[in-house]
Amino acid sequence: MMKIYADNAATTALSPAVLEEMMPYLTTVYGNPSSLYETGAIAKEAVETARAKIAALIGAKNASEVYFTSGGSESDNWAIKGVARALKKRGKTHIITSKFEHHAVLHTVHALKKEGFTVTYVDVYENGIVHPEDIEKAITDETALVSIMYANNEIGTVQPIAEIGKICRARGVLFHTDAVQAMGNVPINVEEQNIDLLSMTAHKLHGPKGCGALYIRKGVRPAVLIDGGAQERGMRAGTENVAGIVGFAKALELAIEGMPYRTEHVTKMRNRLIDQLLTIERSRLNGDRERRLPGNLNMCFEGIEGESLLLMLDMNGISSSSGSACTSGSLDPSHVLLAIGLPHEIAHGSMRLSFSDDITEEEIDYIAEKVKYVVDYLRNMSPLWEHIKEQEKEGQ
Amino acid sequence: MAYSEKVMDHFAHPRNVGEIPDADGVGEVGNSRCGDIMKMYLKIDGDTITDVKFKTFGCGAAIATSSMATELVKGKSIENALQLTNKAVMEALDGLPPVKVHCSVLAEEAIKAALSDYYQRKGIDPTLIIGAPSGEHEEPVCGGE
Repeated sequence: MMKIYADNAATTALSPAVLEEMMPYLTTVYGNPSSLYETGAIAKEAVETARAKIAALIGAKNASEVYFTSGGSESDNWAIKGVARALKKRGKTHIITSKFEHHAVLHTVHALKKEGFTVTYVDVYENGIVHPEDIEKAITDETALVSIMYANNEIGTVQPIAEIGKICRARGVLFHTDAVQAMGNVPINVEEQNIDLLSMTAHKLHGPKGCGALYIRKGVRPAVLIDGGAQERGMRAGTENVAGIVGFAKALELAIEGMPYRTEHVTKMRNRLIDQLLTIERSRLNGDRERRLPGNLNMCFEGIEGESLLLMLDMNGISSSSGSACTSGSLDPSHVLLAIGLPHEIAHGSMRLSFSDDITEEEIDYIAEKVKYVVDYLRNMSPLWEHIKEQEKEGQ
Repeated sequence: MAYSEKVMDHFAHPRNVGEIPDADGVGEVGNSRCGDIMKMYLKIDGDTITDVKFKTFGCGAAIATSSMATELVKGKSIENALQLTNKAVMEALDGLPPVKVHCSVLAEEAIKAALSDYYQRKGIDPTLIIGAPSGEHEEPVCGGE
Protein backbone atom coordinates (compact mmCIF):
# COMPACT_ATOMS: atom_id res chain seq x y z
CA MET A 1 0.00 0.00 0.00
CA MET A 2 1.23 3.47 -0.86
CA LYS A 3 1.34 6.23 1.74
CA ILE A 4 0.35 9.58 0.29
CA TYR A 5 -0.05 12.78 2.25
CA ALA A 6 -2.53 14.81 0.20
CA ASP A 7 -3.60 17.40 2.75
CA ASN A 8 -1.02 20.13 2.24
CA ALA A 9 -3.69 22.82 2.52
CA ALA A 10 -4.10 21.73 6.15
CA THR A 11 -0.40 21.80 6.85
CA THR A 12 2.86 20.75 5.25
CA ALA A 13 5.93 18.76 6.21
CA LEU A 14 8.77 20.88 7.55
CA SER A 15 11.44 21.13 4.88
CA PRO A 16 14.86 19.77 5.93
CA ALA A 17 16.53 22.92 4.60
CA VAL A 18 14.21 25.04 6.74
CA LEU A 19 14.93 22.94 9.82
CA GLU A 20 18.65 23.30 9.22
CA GLU A 21 18.27 27.06 9.07
CA MET A 22 16.28 27.00 12.31
CA MET A 23 18.55 24.67 14.28
CA PRO A 24 21.00 27.23 15.70
CA TYR A 25 18.08 29.19 17.14
CA LEU A 26 16.66 26.08 18.76
CA THR A 27 20.02 25.19 20.29
CA THR A 28 22.93 27.58 20.78
CA VAL A 29 21.43 30.98 19.96
CA TYR A 30 18.74 30.95 22.62
CA GLY A 31 19.03 34.60 23.61
CA ASN A 32 16.03 36.88 23.87
CA PRO A 33 16.11 39.38 20.99
CA SER A 34 15.21 42.12 23.47
CA SER A 35 18.36 41.47 25.54
CA LEU A 36 21.40 43.61 25.01
CA TYR A 37 24.18 41.03 25.38
CA GLU A 38 25.67 39.22 22.45
CA THR A 39 23.43 36.15 22.14
CA GLY A 40 20.39 38.42 22.33
CA ALA A 41 21.83 40.68 19.67
CA ILE A 42 22.48 37.74 17.36
CA ALA A 43 18.88 36.58 17.79
CA LYS A 44 17.66 40.11 17.12
CA GLU A 45 19.71 40.29 13.97
CA ALA A 46 18.28 36.97 12.77
CA VAL A 47 14.74 38.27 13.30
CA GLU A 48 15.48 41.48 11.42
CA THR A 49 17.16 39.66 8.56
CA ALA A 50 14.11 37.42 8.24
CA ARG A 51 11.81 40.44 8.34
CA ALA A 52 13.71 42.14 5.53
CA LYS A 53 13.71 38.95 3.48
CA ILE A 54 9.95 38.43 3.83
CA ALA A 55 9.24 42.11 3.11
CA ALA A 56 11.26 41.87 -0.10
CA LEU A 57 9.53 38.63 -1.11
CA ILE A 58 6.06 40.19 -0.91
CA GLY A 59 7.11 43.41 -2.58
CA ALA A 60 6.84 45.59 0.53
CA LYS A 61 8.69 48.89 0.47
CA ASN A 62 9.96 48.65 4.03
CA ALA A 63 10.98 45.74 6.26
CA SER A 64 9.25 47.57 9.12
CA GLU A 65 5.89 46.87 7.48
CA VAL A 66 6.16 43.17 8.40
CA TYR A 67 5.02 42.21 11.92
CA PHE A 68 5.52 38.70 13.22
CA THR A 69 2.58 36.89 14.79
CA SER A 70 1.68 33.36 15.85
CA GLY A 71 0.13 32.58 12.47
CA GLY A 72 -2.75 33.13 10.11
CA SER A 73 -5.57 33.26 12.64
CA GLU A 74 -3.85 35.86 14.77
CA SER A 75 -2.96 37.92 11.72
CA ASP A 76 -6.57 37.85 10.51
CA ASN A 77 -7.87 38.77 13.96
CA TRP A 78 -5.40 41.60 14.33
CA ALA A 79 -5.92 43.02 10.85
CA ILE A 80 -9.70 43.04 11.06
CA LYS A 81 -10.32 43.86 14.72
CA GLY A 82 -7.37 46.25 14.76
CA VAL A 83 -8.48 48.28 11.76
CA ALA A 84 -12.16 48.20 12.72
CA ARG A 85 -11.53 49.41 16.26
CA ALA A 86 -9.08 52.07 15.14
CA LEU A 87 -11.46 53.48 12.53
CA LYS A 88 -14.63 53.26 14.62
CA LYS A 89 -13.84 56.64 16.16
CA ARG A 90 -14.03 58.16 12.70
CA GLY A 91 -17.48 56.73 12.06
CA LYS A 92 -16.25 53.83 9.99
CA THR A 93 -18.38 50.94 11.18
CA HIS A 94 -18.90 48.87 8.06
CA ILE A 95 -16.91 45.84 6.92
CA ILE A 96 -17.07 44.04 3.60
CA THR A 97 -16.04 40.43 3.27
CA SER A 98 -17.19 37.35 1.36
CA LYS A 99 -19.33 34.37 2.26
CA PHE A 100 -16.56 31.84 1.84
CA GLU A 101 -13.74 33.27 3.94
CA HIS A 102 -11.83 31.15 6.42
CA HIS A 103 -13.42 31.00 9.86
CA ALA A 104 -10.54 33.09 11.21
CA VAL A 105 -12.09 35.93 9.20
CA LEU A 106 -15.78 35.03 9.40
CA HIS A 107 -15.80 34.50 13.16
CA THR A 108 -13.74 37.65 13.70
CA VAL A 109 -16.21 39.66 11.67
CA HIS A 110 -19.01 38.03 13.60
CA ALA A 111 -17.41 39.13 16.86
CA LEU A 112 -17.26 42.70 15.53
CA LYS A 113 -20.95 42.60 14.70
CA LYS A 114 -21.56 42.25 18.42
CA GLU A 115 -19.52 45.42 18.91
CA GLY A 116 -21.90 47.28 16.62
CA PHE A 117 -20.26 46.92 13.23
CA THR A 118 -22.32 46.14 10.16
CA VAL A 119 -21.11 43.59 7.65
CA THR A 120 -21.74 43.01 3.96
CA TYR A 121 -20.95 39.52 2.71
CA VAL A 122 -20.44 39.63 -1.04
CA ASP A 123 -21.50 36.62 -3.06
CA VAL A 124 -19.15 34.02 -4.38
CA TYR A 125 -20.20 32.76 -7.76
CA GLU A 126 -20.44 29.21 -8.97
CA ASN A 127 -16.83 29.13 -10.04
CA GLY A 128 -15.69 30.17 -6.54
CA ILE A 129 -14.62 33.69 -7.37
CA VAL A 130 -15.91 37.01 -6.05
CA HIS A 131 -16.78 39.82 -8.42
CA PRO A 132 -14.87 43.07 -7.78
CA GLU A 133 -17.87 45.10 -8.95
CA ASP A 134 -19.92 43.63 -6.08
CA ILE A 135 -17.35 44.99 -3.68
CA GLU A 136 -17.34 48.37 -5.36
CA LYS A 137 -21.13 48.51 -5.02
CA ALA A 138 -21.00 47.55 -1.36
CA ILE A 139 -18.56 50.29 -0.35
CA THR A 140 -20.18 53.15 1.59
CA ASP A 141 -18.87 56.21 3.43
CA GLU A 142 -18.85 54.09 6.58
CA THR A 143 -16.75 51.26 5.16
CA ALA A 144 -13.64 50.71 7.25
CA LEU A 145 -12.24 47.62 5.63
CA VAL A 146 -12.60 45.12 2.82
CA SER A 147 -11.30 41.63 3.63
CA ILE A 148 -11.20 39.10 0.81
CA MET A 149 -9.03 36.01 0.90
CA TYR A 150 -6.32 35.65 -1.72
CA ALA A 151 -7.06 31.99 -2.39
CA ASN A 152 -9.73 29.84 -0.83
CA ASN A 153 -8.59 27.13 1.55
CA GLU A 154 -11.14 24.53 0.46
CA ILE A 155 -11.54 24.97 -3.26
CA GLY A 156 -8.28 26.80 -3.99
CA THR A 157 -9.81 29.48 -6.20
CA VAL A 158 -7.62 32.56 -6.61
CA GLN A 159 -9.44 35.87 -6.25
CA PRO A 160 -8.97 39.00 -8.41
CA ILE A 161 -6.88 40.65 -5.70
CA ALA A 162 -5.26 43.35 -7.83
CA GLU A 163 -8.64 44.52 -9.10
CA ILE A 164 -10.13 44.61 -5.62
CA GLY A 165 -7.04 46.43 -4.37
CA LYS A 166 -7.40 49.04 -7.08
CA ILE A 167 -11.06 49.64 -6.23
CA CYS A 168 -10.34 49.95 -2.51
CA ARG A 169 -7.48 52.35 -3.11
CA ALA A 170 -9.59 54.52 -5.40
CA ARG A 171 -12.38 54.62 -2.82
CA GLY A 172 -10.05 55.23 0.12
CA VAL A 173 -10.95 51.99 1.89
CA LEU A 174 -8.38 49.72 3.50
CA PHE A 175 -7.92 46.29 1.94
CA HIS A 176 -6.94 43.18 3.85
CA THR A 177 -6.32 39.77 2.32
CA ASP A 178 -5.73 36.43 3.98
CA ALA A 179 -2.95 35.02 1.82
CA VAL A 180 -2.26 31.96 3.95
CA GLN A 181 -3.07 29.51 1.15
CA ALA A 182 -1.79 31.62 -1.70
CA MET A 183 1.70 32.45 -0.43
CA GLY A 184 4.40 30.71 -2.34
CA ASN A 185 1.86 29.44 -4.87
CA VAL A 186 1.06 32.61 -6.77
CA PRO A 187 3.01 35.86 -7.16
CA ILE A 188 2.13 38.40 -4.47
CA ASN A 189 3.14 42.05 -4.55
CA VAL A 190 1.55 44.28 -1.94
CA GLU A 191 2.58 47.46 -3.75
CA GLU A 192 1.39 46.52 -7.21
CA GLN A 193 -1.79 44.92 -5.90
CA ASN A 194 -2.64 47.74 -3.49
CA ILE A 195 -2.85 45.44 -0.49
CA ASP A 196 -2.88 47.29 2.85
CA LEU A 197 -2.81 44.29 5.15
CA LEU A 198 -1.76 40.74 4.30
CA SER A 199 -2.02 37.69 6.56
CA MET A 200 0.67 35.05 6.27
CA THR A 201 1.68 31.81 7.93
CA ALA A 202 4.74 29.58 7.71
CA HIS A 203 3.35 26.08 8.11
CA LYS A 204 1.49 25.97 4.80
CA LEU A 205 4.74 26.34 2.89
CA HIS A 206 6.93 23.74 4.57
CA GLY A 207 7.83 26.07 7.42
CA PRO A 208 7.18 25.56 11.13
CA LYS A 209 3.80 25.81 12.84
CA GLY A 210 3.07 28.67 15.23
CA CYS A 211 4.69 31.43 13.23
CA GLY A 212 3.20 33.91 10.82
CA ALA A 213 3.14 37.58 10.00
CA LEU A 214 0.93 40.48 9.15
CA TYR A 215 2.02 42.98 6.56
CA ILE A 216 0.72 46.43 7.53
CA ARG A 217 1.24 49.22 5.03
CA LYS A 218 3.12 52.20 6.45
CA GLY A 219 0.64 54.74 7.74
CA VAL A 220 -2.03 52.17 8.59
CA ARG A 221 -2.38 51.89 12.36
CA PRO A 222 -4.55 49.02 13.54
CA ALA A 223 -5.33 48.91 17.25
CA VAL A 224 -2.99 46.64 19.20
CA LEU A 225 -4.42 43.20 19.94
CA ILE A 226 -1.68 41.72 22.15
CA ASP A 227 -0.65 44.17 24.85
CA GLY A 228 2.58 43.78 26.75
CA GLY A 229 6.24 44.36 25.95
CA ALA A 230 7.62 46.60 23.26
CA GLN A 231 8.32 43.88 20.69
CA GLU A 232 7.39 44.50 17.06
CA ARG A 233 7.75 48.24 17.61
CA GLY A 234 5.15 48.16 20.34
CA MET A 235 2.52 46.72 18.04
CA ARG A 236 2.57 43.07 19.08
CA ALA A 237 3.90 42.03 22.46
CA GLY A 238 5.58 38.72 23.20
CA THR A 239 9.08 37.35 22.91
CA GLU A 240 9.72 36.57 19.27
CA ASN A 241 9.57 32.98 18.04
CA VAL A 242 13.10 33.37 16.71
CA ALA A 243 13.57 29.91 15.24
CA GLY A 244 10.08 30.04 13.74
CA ILE A 245 10.70 33.43 12.19
CA VAL A 246 14.01 32.33 10.68
CA GLY A 247 12.33 29.17 9.37
CA PHE A 248 9.43 31.15 7.95
CA ALA A 249 11.71 33.41 5.92
CA LYS A 250 13.66 30.45 4.57
CA ALA A 251 10.46 28.54 3.75
CA LEU A 252 8.98 31.50 1.88
CA GLU A 253 12.19 31.98 -0.03
CA LEU A 254 12.22 28.32 -1.08
CA ALA A 255 8.51 28.36 -1.94
CA ILE A 256 8.92 31.35 -4.23
CA GLU A 257 12.02 29.83 -5.83
CA GLY A 258 10.00 26.69 -6.53
CA MET A 259 6.96 28.49 -7.91
CA PRO A 260 7.67 27.92 -11.62
CA TYR A 261 8.17 24.18 -11.02
CA ARG A 262 5.06 23.98 -8.84
CA THR A 263 2.95 25.85 -11.37
CA GLU A 264 4.03 23.45 -14.06
CA HIS A 265 4.45 20.07 -12.41
CA VAL A 266 1.87 20.13 -9.62
CA THR A 267 -0.79 21.69 -11.85
CA LYS A 268 -0.16 18.96 -14.42
CA MET A 269 -0.44 16.21 -11.80
CA ARG A 270 -3.60 17.69 -10.35
CA ASN A 271 -5.22 18.04 -13.75
CA ARG A 272 -4.37 14.44 -14.51
CA LEU A 273 -6.29 13.42 -11.39
CA ILE A 274 -9.22 15.77 -12.09
CA ASP A 275 -9.59 14.23 -15.55
CA GLN A 276 -9.52 10.71 -14.17
CA LEU A 277 -11.99 11.43 -11.40
CA LEU A 278 -14.41 13.31 -13.63
CA THR A 279 -14.97 10.02 -15.44
CA ILE A 280 -16.88 8.92 -12.33
CA GLU A 281 -20.58 9.51 -13.01
CA ARG A 282 -22.23 12.32 -11.07
CA SER A 283 -18.94 13.83 -9.95
CA ARG A 284 -18.04 17.50 -10.17
CA LEU A 285 -15.06 19.73 -9.70
CA ASN A 286 -15.70 22.53 -7.23
CA GLY A 287 -14.26 25.90 -8.16
CA ASP A 288 -12.78 27.26 -11.35
CA ARG A 289 -10.43 24.82 -13.03
CA GLU A 290 -7.92 27.41 -14.22
CA ARG A 291 -7.99 30.09 -11.56
CA ARG A 292 -7.05 27.83 -8.68
CA LEU A 293 -3.96 26.93 -6.66
CA PRO A 294 -1.71 24.38 -8.37
CA GLY A 295 -2.06 21.72 -5.70
CA ASN A 296 -5.78 22.00 -4.96
CA LEU A 297 -8.43 19.54 -6.03
CA ASN A 298 -11.93 19.68 -4.58
CA MET A 299 -14.64 17.41 -5.89
CA CYS A 300 -18.08 16.15 -4.97
CA PHE A 301 -19.43 12.68 -5.61
CA GLU A 302 -23.18 12.41 -5.41
CA GLY A 303 -24.78 9.78 -3.24
CA ILE A 304 -21.99 9.47 -0.71
CA GLU A 305 -20.87 11.37 2.36
CA GLY A 306 -17.44 12.95 2.63
CA GLU A 307 -16.32 11.63 5.99
CA SER A 308 -16.79 7.99 4.97
CA LEU A 309 -14.82 8.70 1.84
CA LEU A 310 -12.04 10.32 3.87
CA LEU A 311 -11.89 7.42 6.35
CA MET A 312 -11.79 4.83 3.59
CA LEU A 313 -9.08 6.70 1.73
CA ASP A 314 -7.12 6.82 4.98
CA MET A 315 -7.44 3.02 5.21
CA ASN A 316 -5.88 2.97 1.75
CA GLY A 317 -2.95 5.14 2.80
CA ILE A 318 -4.24 8.45 1.46
CA SER A 319 -4.56 11.46 3.79
CA SER A 320 -7.30 13.73 2.48
CA SER A 321 -9.74 16.25 3.79
CA SER A 322 -13.44 16.83 3.48
CA GLY A 323 -15.64 19.86 3.81
CA SER A 324 -17.92 17.32 5.39
CA ALA A 325 -20.11 18.47 8.22
CA CYS A 326 -19.11 15.38 10.09
CA THR A 327 -15.52 16.44 10.43
CA SER A 328 -16.36 19.92 11.61
CA GLY A 329 -18.61 19.14 14.54
CA SER A 330 -21.69 20.67 12.94
CA LEU A 331 -24.28 18.95 10.81
CA ASP A 332 -24.10 21.49 8.03
CA PRO A 333 -21.79 20.88 5.11
CA SER A 334 -18.97 23.23 4.16
CA HIS A 335 -19.93 26.91 4.11
CA VAL A 336 -17.64 27.30 1.12
CA LEU A 337 -19.50 24.74 -0.97
CA LEU A 338 -22.84 26.20 0.07
CA ALA A 339 -21.54 29.67 -0.85
CA ILE A 340 -20.79 28.53 -4.40
CA GLY A 341 -24.36 27.31 -4.67
CA LEU A 342 -24.15 23.57 -4.09
CA PRO A 343 -27.23 21.97 -2.53
CA HIS A 344 -26.68 20.42 0.89
CA GLU A 345 -26.96 16.82 -0.28
CA ILE A 346 -24.22 17.28 -2.87
CA ALA A 347 -22.01 19.39 -0.62
CA HIS A 348 -22.01 16.53 1.93
CA GLY A 349 -20.08 14.36 -0.52
CA SER A 350 -16.98 16.47 -0.91
CA MET A 351 -13.30 15.63 -0.94
CA ARG A 352 -10.31 17.96 -0.91
CA LEU A 353 -6.87 16.81 -1.94
CA SER A 354 -3.94 19.20 -1.79
CA PHE A 355 -0.55 18.27 -3.16
CA SER A 356 2.97 19.38 -2.60
CA ASP A 357 5.87 19.44 -5.09
CA ASP A 358 6.85 15.82 -4.58
CA ILE A 359 3.61 14.35 -5.96
CA THR A 360 4.27 11.78 -8.68
CA GLU A 361 2.29 10.43 -11.60
CA GLU A 362 2.35 6.98 -9.98
CA GLU A 363 0.78 8.41 -6.82
CA ILE A 364 -1.87 10.27 -8.81
CA ASP A 365 -2.87 7.08 -10.59
CA TYR A 366 -2.98 5.20 -7.29
CA ILE A 367 -5.25 7.88 -5.81
CA ALA A 368 -7.53 7.79 -8.86
CA GLU A 369 -7.86 4.03 -8.60
CA LYS A 370 -8.63 4.13 -4.88
CA VAL A 371 -11.11 7.01 -5.08
CA LYS A 372 -12.99 5.25 -7.86
CA TYR A 373 -13.10 2.04 -5.84
CA VAL A 374 -14.21 3.75 -2.63
CA VAL A 375 -16.88 5.90 -4.30
CA ASP A 376 -18.27 2.80 -5.96
CA TYR A 377 -18.20 0.83 -2.70
CA LEU A 378 -19.96 3.57 -0.72
CA ARG A 379 -22.55 4.13 -3.44
CA ASN A 380 -23.38 0.44 -3.39
CA MET A 381 -24.45 0.74 0.21
CA SER A 382 -26.09 4.16 -0.12
CA PRO A 383 -29.88 4.48 -0.16
CA LEU A 384 -29.39 8.02 -1.50
CA TRP A 385 -27.59 6.64 -4.54
CA GLU A 386 -30.45 4.18 -4.95
CA HIS A 387 -32.89 7.13 -4.98
CA ILE A 388 -30.77 9.02 -7.50
CA LYS A 389 -30.77 6.00 -9.79
CA GLU A 390 -34.52 5.52 -9.41
CA GLN A 391 -35.09 9.16 -10.31
CA GLU A 392 -32.84 8.73 -13.34
CA LYS A 393 -35.01 5.82 -14.52
CA GLU A 394 -38.21 7.77 -13.98
CA GLY A 395 -36.78 10.68 -15.91
CA GLN A 396 -36.06 8.53 -18.95
CA MET B 1 -12.63 13.67 17.43
CA ALA B 2 -11.61 10.07 17.27
CA TYR B 3 -13.60 6.90 16.83
CA SER B 4 -13.24 3.84 19.04
CA GLU B 5 -11.70 0.69 17.59
CA LYS B 6 -15.14 -0.92 17.55
CA VAL B 7 -16.60 1.94 15.50
CA MET B 8 -13.73 1.71 13.05
CA ASP B 9 -14.15 -2.06 12.83
CA HIS B 10 -17.86 -1.76 12.04
CA PHE B 11 -17.16 1.04 9.58
CA ALA B 12 -14.40 -0.86 7.79
CA HIS B 13 -16.22 -4.19 7.91
CA PRO B 14 -19.89 -3.39 8.16
CA ARG B 15 -22.07 -6.40 9.03
CA ASN B 16 -25.28 -7.17 7.15
CA VAL B 17 -24.92 -4.69 4.31
CA GLY B 18 -27.37 -5.09 1.48
CA GLU B 19 -31.03 -5.54 0.73
CA ILE B 20 -33.64 -8.24 1.33
CA PRO B 21 -35.81 -8.39 -1.80
CA ASP B 22 -38.71 -10.15 -0.06
CA ALA B 23 -38.39 -8.33 3.25
CA ASP B 24 -41.28 -8.36 5.69
CA GLY B 25 -40.56 -4.85 6.86
CA VAL B 26 -38.52 -1.97 5.41
CA GLY B 27 -37.81 1.31 7.15
CA GLU B 28 -35.97 4.40 6.00
CA VAL B 29 -35.05 7.36 8.20
CA GLY B 30 -32.95 10.51 7.92
CA ASN B 31 -32.62 12.80 4.93
CA SER B 32 -30.03 13.75 2.39
CA ARG B 33 -29.94 17.40 3.44
CA CYS B 34 -28.69 16.39 6.88
CA GLY B 35 -26.18 14.02 5.35
CA ASP B 36 -27.48 10.70 6.59
CA ILE B 37 -30.08 8.20 5.47
CA MET B 38 -30.49 4.69 6.87
CA LYS B 39 -32.60 1.97 5.33
CA MET B 40 -33.28 -1.29 7.17
CA TYR B 41 -34.73 -4.53 5.80
CA LEU B 42 -36.17 -7.17 8.13
CA LYS B 43 -37.09 -10.78 7.50
CA ILE B 44 -39.42 -11.99 10.21
CA ASP B 45 -40.49 -15.55 10.95
CA GLY B 46 -43.17 -15.80 13.59
CA ASP B 47 -41.80 -13.71 16.39
CA THR B 48 -38.16 -13.84 15.33
CA ILE B 49 -36.10 -11.50 13.20
CA THR B 50 -34.37 -14.10 11.09
CA ASP B 51 -32.48 -11.74 8.82
CA VAL B 52 -31.66 -8.08 8.68
CA LYS B 53 -29.82 -5.95 6.15
CA PHE B 54 -29.05 -2.26 5.87
CA LYS B 55 -28.00 0.42 3.46
CA THR B 56 -26.67 3.72 4.75
CA PHE B 57 -25.65 7.04 3.28
CA GLY B 58 -23.67 8.90 5.88
CA CYS B 59 -20.51 9.35 7.86
CA GLY B 60 -18.37 6.70 9.54
CA ALA B 61 -20.54 6.69 12.65
CA ALA B 62 -23.73 6.38 10.60
CA ILE B 63 -22.39 3.26 8.91
CA ALA B 64 -21.00 1.79 12.13
CA THR B 65 -24.19 2.37 14.14
CA SER B 66 -26.30 0.84 11.35
CA SER B 67 -24.05 -2.18 11.31
CA MET B 68 -24.14 -2.56 15.09
CA ALA B 69 -27.91 -2.11 15.24
CA THR B 70 -28.40 -4.95 12.76
CA GLU B 71 -26.15 -7.19 14.87
CA LEU B 72 -28.11 -6.35 17.99
CA VAL B 73 -31.46 -7.38 16.53
CA LYS B 74 -30.53 -10.25 14.25
CA GLY B 75 -31.92 -13.55 15.54
CA LYS B 76 -33.74 -11.76 18.33
CA SER B 77 -37.44 -11.58 19.04
CA ILE B 78 -39.47 -8.60 17.88
CA GLU B 79 -40.02 -7.73 21.52
CA ASN B 80 -36.27 -7.58 22.05
CA ALA B 81 -35.78 -5.44 18.97
CA LEU B 82 -38.44 -3.01 20.12
CA GLN B 83 -36.41 -2.43 23.26
CA LEU B 84 -33.29 -1.47 21.33
CA THR B 85 -32.11 1.97 22.35
CA ASN B 86 -29.57 4.31 20.82
CA LYS B 87 -27.70 4.06 24.10
CA ALA B 88 -27.33 0.30 23.67
CA VAL B 89 -25.97 0.82 20.17
CA MET B 90 -23.49 3.39 21.45
CA GLU B 91 -22.38 1.21 24.35
CA ALA B 92 -21.87 -1.75 22.06
CA LEU B 93 -19.57 0.45 19.97
CA ASP B 94 -17.59 1.61 23.03
CA GLY B 95 -19.03 5.08 22.72
CA LEU B 96 -19.34 7.78 20.07
CA PRO B 97 -18.02 11.34 19.90
CA PRO B 98 -20.74 13.75 21.15
CA VAL B 99 -21.44 15.18 17.69
CA LYS B 100 -22.16 11.66 16.45
CA VAL B 101 -24.76 10.64 19.02
CA HIS B 102 -27.52 11.48 16.54
CA CYS B 103 -26.28 8.61 14.33
CA SER B 104 -27.14 6.09 17.05
CA VAL B 105 -30.57 7.72 17.40
CA LEU B 106 -31.07 7.28 13.69
CA ALA B 107 -30.06 3.60 13.90
CA GLU B 108 -32.63 2.96 16.62
CA GLU B 109 -35.27 4.81 14.61
CA ALA B 110 -34.42 2.84 11.47
CA ILE B 111 -35.03 -0.49 13.21
CA LYS B 112 -38.30 0.82 14.62
CA ALA B 113 -39.36 2.19 11.24
CA ALA B 114 -38.82 -1.24 9.70
CA LEU B 115 -40.84 -2.90 12.48
CA SER B 116 -43.52 -0.30 12.03
CA ASP B 117 -43.69 -1.17 8.35
CA TYR B 118 -43.92 -4.85 9.27
CA TYR B 119 -46.97 -4.20 11.48
CA GLN B 120 -48.56 -1.95 8.91
CA ARG B 121 -48.26 -4.64 6.28
CA LYS B 122 -50.06 -6.98 8.67
CA GLY B 123 -52.82 -4.44 9.12
CA ILE B 124 -51.86 -3.65 12.70
CA ASP B 125 -51.58 -0.03 13.82
CA PRO B 126 -47.88 0.27 14.71
CA THR B 127 -48.34 3.29 16.94
CA LEU B 128 -50.05 1.05 19.52
CA ILE B 129 -46.91 -1.09 19.77
CA ILE B 130 -44.04 1.16 18.84
CA GLY B 131 -45.49 4.50 19.77
CA ALA B 132 -45.64 7.59 17.66
CA PRO B 133 -42.52 7.94 15.52
CA SER B 134 -39.61 9.67 17.25
CA GLY B 135 -40.57 12.49 19.58
CA GLU B 136 -38.61 11.33 22.58
CA HIS B 137 -35.29 12.20 20.99
CA GLU B 138 -34.23 15.64 20.06
CA GLU B 139 -33.93 15.97 16.31
CA PRO B 140 -30.53 17.06 15.11
CA VAL B 141 -30.53 20.57 13.77
CA CYS B 142 -29.27 20.74 10.26
CA GLY B 143 -29.76 22.77 7.17
CA GLY B 144 -30.24 25.97 9.12
CA GLU B 145 -29.38 29.13 7.32
